[in-house]
Amino acid sequence: MATPNPHDDRVHSEEFLHTLMRRQLKLSIACAATFLVALLGLPLLNYYAPALMATRVAGFTLSWLILGVLFFPFVWIISWRFIKRSIALEQDEVNSVKR
Amino acid sequence: MISALAFLNGVDPWIFAFSFITVVVTIGMGFWSAKQSRTASDFFVAGRSVSVGWNASAISGEYLSAASFMGVAGMVMSSGYDALWYPVCYACGYLFLLLFIAGPLRRFGAYTIPDFAEGRYDSPLFRKIAVCFVLFIGFFYTMPQMKGAGVTLAYIFPGMPYWAGVVLVGAVITLNVALGGMKGITLVQAFQYWMKMFAISVPVFVLMSVLGFYNGHIGANATKETPAASAVVRKPLVEKAPKDEVWTAPFGPLTTKAVNAAAAALPADQRAAYLAEHQRPYSLLYTYSLIMALVCGTAGLPHILVRFYTNPDGVAAKRTTMWVMILIGVFYVFPPVFGAIGRNFMPELYSGIGAKGTDKVVLELPTLVAARYGVLGSILSGITCAGAFAAFMSTFSGLLVSMTGALAHDVYGRMLRPQSNPQERLVAFRFAAVLIGGVAIGLGCFVEPLEINFMVGQAFAIAAASYFPLLFMSVWWRGMTMKGAATGMLTGGLCALVAAALTNFATLALDKGPMGKVFAGFKGLNDFFAAHPLLRILCEQPAIWTVPLAIALMVVISKATAAAVPGDIRMKMLVLHAPEQFGLKQEYIQEHQAGGGH
Repeated sequence: MATPNPHDDRVHSEEFLHTLMRRQLKLSIACAATFLVALLGLPLLNYYAPALMATRVAGFTLSWLILGVLFFPFVWIISWRFIKRSIALEQDEVNSVKR
Repeated sequence: MISALAFLNGVDPWIFAFSFITVVVTIGMGFWSAKQSRTASDFFVAGRSVSVGWNASAISGEYLSAASFMGVAGMVMSSGYDALWYPVCYACGYLFLLLFIAGPLRRFGAYTIPDFAEGRYDSPLFRKIAVCFVLFIGFFYTMPQMKGAGVTLAYIFPGMPYWAGVVLVGAVITLNVALGGMKGITLVQAFQYWMKMFAISVPVFVLMSVLGFYNGHIGANATKETPAASAVVRKPLVEKAPKDEVWTAPFGPLTTKAVNAAAAALPADQRAAYLAEHQRPYSLLYTYSLIMALVCGTAGLPHILVRFYTNPDGVAAKRTTMWVMILIGVFYVFPPVFGAIGRNFMPELYSGIGAKGTDKVVLELPTLVAARYGVLGSILSGITCAGAFAAFMSTFSGLLVSMTGALAHDVYGRMLRPQSNPQERLVAFRFAAVLIGGVAIGLGCFVEPLEINFMVGQAFAIAAASYFPLLFMSVWWRGMTMKGAATGMLTGGLCALVAAALTNFATLALDKGPMGKVFAGFKGLNDFFAAHPLLRILCEQPAIWTVPLAIALMVVISKATAAAVPGDIRMKMLVLHAPEQFGLKQEYIQEHQAGGGH
């Protein structure tokens, strides 16, 4: 594997660090926002639409089904997407320095 | 001789056999694999070659404690819907770890949080401050594990008092750790995960095929909006059990306890109006604070973060985190099923107090199968008991190792006797293990009236207000100074610690057993909380104010001491964030050594 020269000035420049951290943080915040909307939205739905959330779905109340069962796969999907995109992002940074 | 064995009366041989085998196998495996890797650096460095699958199983094995195995089921049974936030946030908290902390921390290459604190701020003093919280969080986390041990032994040996179980199990694990077993070897921890998974899932499937499926059991609980819709014919609820309506719906007994207590202190004619005005808003606040504690706290647990350094690189650290979320997410679907079935078929547990209460539903519920399949009930109950042993043994050992390590390595090896030789350090390690194990046993004897899951939630709240802000801000904000980090972490963490302790004192003062007498001095606290339910909620679930407080202090103090930002901060940030292919870590180490002996 062709290791990029660590003493390449571009890697040590202020601009590189700034862009790198911004890109990483943007990705993390986008994923966190998706997660937080669902996590913090559910109590609000319970609060403002109790009748809707008490609807029975196959025996469960809607709220119980979401929190007790469906929430787990939802988070797996977010984390899977995050990992794919963050690995692509790092590869992109490595390539951009190589060039 | 006969009288010495009197405690064996009424013991089910199957349950005893399964539990005994688990203990022996766990200790045996610990010693066997401890022999394979003798020193701490062996463990860390050799562990780096561990594959993602093994490492994820090992992290999950260490994470799933007595709270997950017994406590979640017990709390779902006692409090219903609101308790579901615990398993969901225990699993989903890893997402914050994944998004913000796992990759950078692995790239930085420090073994523990104190190592990271020292490396990031070039400050041995800060390391010492950070070590304190390993102990604070650790002790809060060991108390529920001890209760799990006491409850399980009181179930296996019906004649045994709660404290005897705590002392027995605590002493066995402490000795084991002191003698060098249980070093937190990947293989043992990974095995523990699969054992717990087996022990919780197999009984659930058998119970559901006999007593009706999960949805049927929830369906048997009617609410205002919808009548019962289920074929499950349940036993009549006892008087102490919460009513169906509050059990199935959000904002139930767990989150409304403080307001209900406040209403009970009012004249009868004002109660309804008071409840209508305050119950739901305060309950919402409680829910948010709980979510915050659990999600942020997961990202700051010292004994879990240590394991991330066994990943070969940042990418593997991220993959491992995702697999941990999948492994524990699947696990967490099962405990609430025990709670739901327990409510319908073992309602007598609602009347039990302490070790005889709902926290033992996981252990006892499988015996219901006995009516139809005879001995299978005992076998399944033996399997869940074995799982419970695996749960509190693995977590208690893991905590004991990291706390003892902190005490022996940092306090003794660096502060008291920096010149000590390896032999003296080994003696110090053993002495520290016995000391910490002893304190944990002592604390464990006091907490019988408190729910297992609730106490673990408190440990998370302390981690959320101390380590989480430290890690999150240190990784993403280059303007942090050591003084800012220390002030924020200490203030936030100590506020959460004091708040949690006050809540526990107040609850213990109400106990009808011996603890009520011990803590009688705190009875007045309950009157105060009844007059100020909002303060009670903010003490019981402090995360909603302690986490912002910690972060705000970090920002303000860091701005005020901006001149003290480490000189090579850009290089540190590069090491934290740039992909490993650049090889910046090696360069950083070389520069550091050249720059004069850090």
